Amino acid sequence: MGGSPGKTGTMSQVTGVTGGILPTAAPPTQGGKKTTPRSGKVRQRKITPYLFLLAPLALLITFSYVPAANLIWYSFTSWDGIDQTKKLVGIQNYIDIFTRPEIFRVFFVSLYYIAASFLQMAFALYFATILSFSTRFRNLFKGILFFPTLINGVAIGLMFLYFFQPHGTMDSLMKAVGAQQFTTQWLGNPDAVNVSLASTSVWRYTGLNFVLFLGAIQSIPSQLYEAADLDGASKFQQFRYIIAPGIKRIISLSFILALSGSLAVFEIPYIMTGGANGSSTFVIETIQRAFTFRQVGLASAMAVVLLIIVLVVTFIQRRLVPDEEVTLS
Amino acid sequence: MAKKHIAIAAVAVSALLLAGCSSTGGGSTGGTPSGDITVLTNRTDLIKNKVYAGYVAAFNKAYPKVTVKLQGITDYEGEVTTRLSTKNYGDVLGIPASVTPNQLPQFFEPLGDTAKLKETYRFLNDKSFNGKQYGLPTFGNANGIVYNKRVWKEAGVTSIPKTPAEFISDLKLIKSKTAAIPYYTNYKDGWPLGSWQNQQGFSANTNVVADRDSNNAPWTSGTEQYTTDALLFDVVKNGLSEPDPLTTSWEGSKGMLATGKVASAVLGSWAIVQFQDAAKTAGADPADIGFMPFPEQKDGKFHSAVGGDVNIGVNVNSKNKPAARAWVDWFLNKSTFAADAGALPPQVNGKNPTTLQDFTDNKVQYVELSAAKKPALDSDIYNKAEIDLFGKVYRQKLVDIARGAAEGDMKSYFADLNKRWAAARSSVAS
Repeated sequence: MGGSPGKTGTMSQVTGVTGGILPTAAPPTQGGKKTTPRSGKVRQRKITPYLFLLAPLALLITFSYVPAANLIWYSFTSWDGIDQTKKLVGIQNYIDIFTRPEIFRVFFVSLYYIAASFLQMAFALYFATILSFSTRFRNLFKGILFFPTLINGVAIGLMFLYFFQPHGTMDSLMKAVGAQQFTTQWLGNPDAVNVSLASTSVWRYTGLNFVLFLGAIQSIPSQLYEAADLDGASKFQQFRYIIAPGIKRIISLSFILALSGSLAVFEIPYIMTGGANGSSTFVIETIQRAFTFRQVGLASAMAVVLLIIVLVVTFIQRRLVPDEEVTLS
Repeated sequence: MAKKHIAIAAVAVSALLLAGCSSTGGGSTGGTPSGDITVLTNRTDLIKNKVYAGYVAAFNKAYPKVTVKLQGITDYEGEVTTRLSTKNYGDVLGIPASVTPNQLPQFFEPLGDTAKLKETYRFLNDKSFNGKQYGLPTFGNANGIVYNKRVWKEAGVTSIPKTPAEFISDLKLIKSKTAAIPYYTNYKDGWPLGSWQNQQGFSANTNVVADRDSNNAPWTSGTEQYTTDALLFDVVKNGLSEPDPLTTSWEGSKGMLATGKVASAVLGSWAIVQFQDAAKTAGADPADIGFMPFPEQKDGKFHSAVGGDVNIGVNVNSKNKPAARAWVDWFLNKSTFAADAGALPPQVNGKNPTTLQDFTDNKVQYVELSAAKKPALDSDIYNKAEIDLFGKVYRQKLVDIARGAAEGDMKSYFADLNKRWAAARSSVAS
C-alpha cells in the first residue's frame, strides 16, 4: 500500500513530523526542456515501469493471490487435501464454524497474547525512550534488545522448551533467588502454560517494536528537545509532550500488528506444546483440521474467517484511534 | 530494446511455468527394465548410513541397466501427501497413510489381484481396493509393550501381566520399589500415543474395526476401544507416567528406557531394534529390552495384532513402470530390508525374527485383522468426528483429564467421544 507512487510527497508524515529532517522533495519537473521525442523512445519510456513491475507482480500473483484465491475456492468444498475431485458443499463449512462453539473457544487463548502484547509495547517504548537519550553503552543495549528478533522462531521455541523444563534454567534461576516454592511445571500446568508461552512471545517480539519506536523517536528533530530543555522541561515531560505525540502513528501501527498477531499466534505454541494442554490457538486448530482430520475445506474456511476477523478488528481499531496528522511545532 | 524487454519477460514467465513441471526419462527396451527411477523413502537414517546405497548396489547387480535415484524425506507423510497433487512423486514410494483405500487407484498403479498375491504375501488388507492390490508391505509389525526386563525384575514382577488390572499393579510395584518412571507416554511428540490404537485386535477379534464402525458408542465397557483408553487413563490417573508430559522427547525416551530410567512404553515391534541400539549407545545391556503383549488374554492366550508397516507402491504417472515394478519385487523378496529392521517378513511363510523371541516364549498368537467391507468408512467417521484414533490430539486430552489438567473425568470424556462418534456415523452414512 505504501508503495503507491504519488504519495512520496507525504512520506515524512509517517513519523508525524511535517517538514522534518528530510528535505522536502522538489516538485518533479516535467522533463525539463521539451525536445521532440522519437516515437520509439516514448513507447519505451511508457513500457519500462511496467516491465520493472512485472517480476514482483508475477511473484506476488503466483505466491500470494493464486493461493489465496484457491483457499477461498477450497473453503466451499469438502476436499480432503488429496482427492482429485473436489465436491462443492456451498457455505456448509462456514455454517459449521459458526455453529460449533469449540472452534471459537480457542480465541480465549489469544487474550493471553493480547495482554502480553501490551506488556511488550510498554517494554519496547520504555527502552526506546531511554536509549534515544545519550545513555552509556547505548549501542550495546540496542544490540542486546534487538538480538532475539534475529533468531529463528523454531530455535526460540526449542530454547525455551529447555528453559521451562522441570529442573531447567527457569527452575534453577528461581532456586538461586530463593523462590523455589513458586516453581511449577511451566508447560505442564494448565494454568501456567499460556502465560509461559506468551512471555516467550514477549521476549521474541519486543526487539522489533523497540527498533520501530527508536527509529521514529530519532526522526524527531533535535531542536525540539533543545527548546524543551531551555524551557526547563523534565525528561518525563519531554516524553509526554514531544516523543509520545511524535510517534503516535508508529504506536498505532504497532497495536494493529500486535492485535492481529495475537489472533493468529502459531509458531511458539506449535513448536513448544503442539497445542496440547489447552494452549491451542485458532491457527493450530486450523492446521489440525487440515492435516490431522483431513478436512481441508473446513480449514480453508477457518483461514478465511480469521482473515475477516483480523480485517474487522483492524477497522474497529482504526475507527477508535483515528489516523489524524500530528504537528509538533 | 523493447524486444529485449519482451524476451526477458518471456524467460521470467516460462521459468514460473516450468517450476511446476518436471521431466522423467527412461522406459524399457525389450524384456529387461532399463532407465531411471526415483525411489522416495522415509528412512533418511538408512540413506545417511549408506545402507540404502547398499540395496541399490545389490539391485544393480540384477538389473544393471536401471539407475536408481533415492530421495529421503524427513517429514514424509506431510511432504508426500502434498506432492500427490502433482504428478511428480517419484516412481516407487511408500504410500502415505492419509490416502484412503478408495483413493488408491487415483495415485498408484495396480500391482495385481489381491487374491493372487495373497499366496505369496501377507498384510495385504490395508492397500487393497476392489480386489486389486496397490501397495505391498515392506515388512510387518507385531504390537505390544516395550519394557525394561531388569527394572521389572527388580520390582519383583516375575510373569508378564495378563489383565489391565495386573498391568497397573505391576506399574505400582515398579514405582514403589525402583527409581524408574513406570510408564512413558511420549505425550509431547504425540505420535507414539497412536501406538495404543495399533494394539487393536488384542482380544483376538479380527473384526474390531467393523465392530467399532457399526457401534454408536465404542467407548463402552467391554469393547477393545474402552479397554485400551481406560488403561491409558488409569496409568496416568495413578501417577504412573512421567511427571511433566509436556517436556517429553521420543529420542530421549529410547535411552531412558534402555538404561532403566523408564520401565515401559506401548509401541510396535519395529521399535525393538531402535531401543536395542539405544542401549548399546548408552552402555546398557540390549538384552534388557523386552517386548510383552497387550495385557489381555482370550482363552488363556495372549494375542498381538500384526500388520504391514510402510507399503510401497508404483506412481500411476510413472514413465518407467517396468523398472519401478522390478524394484518393488526385488526390494520385498531379495533385499535384506525386513531382516535389517528385525521385523516380520512380508512373505506368507516368512520366519519370525529373533526380536520377537519374547512373543514366541510366551506363546503369543498373531492376529491379522480382516479386510474391511467399506475400506474408507473408518477414516471417514473418525475424521468427521475429529477423533484421531491413530494420532495424538484426543489421547493428549485423555491424558490431560487423567492428570487433572483438564476438566472432566473418564466417564464424561468417553460420553463426549461416543456422542461425537455417533453424530459422525450418521452424517457419514447419509
